[in-house]
Amino acid sequence: MEKSIDKNYMKLEFLSKSSNESFARVVVAAFASQLDPTIEEISDIKTAVSEAVTNAIIHGYEYGEGMVVVEAKLEGNRIEITIEDFGRGIEDVQKAMEPFYTSKPDLERSGMGFTVMETFMDELVVESELNKGTKVKMIKEIKSQSNRE
Amino acid sequence: MQMDYDIVDDYLIVKLSGELDHHTSESLRRKIDRYYSSKNLSNLILDLRDLKFMDSSGIGLIMGRYKMCKDKKGNISIVSTSPYINRMLKMSGIYQIVDVFSDIDEAIKG
Repeated sequence: MEKSIDKNYMKLEFLSKSSNESFARVVVAAFASQLDPTIEEISDIKTAVSEAVTNAIIHGYEYGEGMVVVEAKLEGNRIEITIEDFGRGIEDVQKAMEPFYTSKPDLERSGMGFTVMETFMDELVVESELNKGTKVKMIKEIKSQSNRE
Repeated sequence: MQMDYDIVDDYLIVKLSGELDHHTSESLRRKIDRYYSSKNLSNLILDLRDLKFMDSSGIGLIMGRYKMCKDKKGNISIVSTSPYINRMLKMSGIYQIVDVFSDIDEAIKG
C-alpha cells in the first residue's frame, strides 16, 4: 500500500565538523523512513546527503567553523532536502558540477559529489553566491510499495 | 570504521568494515599507506564486503591507492559483493581501471 504523508518538516543545524557527516545522513534517512522507502532508496538519500554535507564542510568552510543547515520536507511521496552553508560559495557552479572536477585534488577528492547527487536523486538545484554560501536542493520521489518488484 | 590486515603471498589484504565517508577516509588512507610501505608489498586488495556505507570519498580513496600501487609497479584489486557499493564503483568508472572480484581467492588468482 502506498504510504503518503500530508506534510512534514524537519530542520537540523550543526557545526561544520566532519564527524557530523554520518549524523546528518542518518537523521535525514530516519526522517525519510516515514515514506516507507526501499533499502535502495534510503541508501540513495544517505549518499546524496553525505555528499552535500561533505561539500559544505570541505569547500564551504574549508575546515573553518561554520554552521550547516539541513532541512527536509515530506509531501505526498516526495522528500525535498536542502543543505545550506554560509561559507565561501562556488565561483562557477556549472564547472563544479562537471564529473571528476575537483578544486582539491591534494585531498584525493574524486570530484564525483554532484554527479552522485544527480544520479541518486530525481532533482538537483545548486545555488551559490561568493562569500555568502551555497544551497543544494534535492528532491526524491519514493516509489509506492505497489509498484515495487 | 574498522580495518583488518592480512598478507597472502605478495598481496596486502585490507578488509574494511563500517562506514567509509570523508570523515573516516582521511585516517584510513594514512593507515593503509603506512602499512603498505612498511610491508614492502606491491599488490593491494581492498575488501569492501563488510562496508555498510560508502560515498564518493571511497572512490577518491581507491583512485589514490591505485596510483600508489602503480608507482610501485603493483596491482590493486577490489573485493565487493554489495549491489549498492558496486553501483558506486560502476558510476565512477573504477571498473575500467581496477578489477572487482567477489572473493579474495579470485582476486589473488586474478
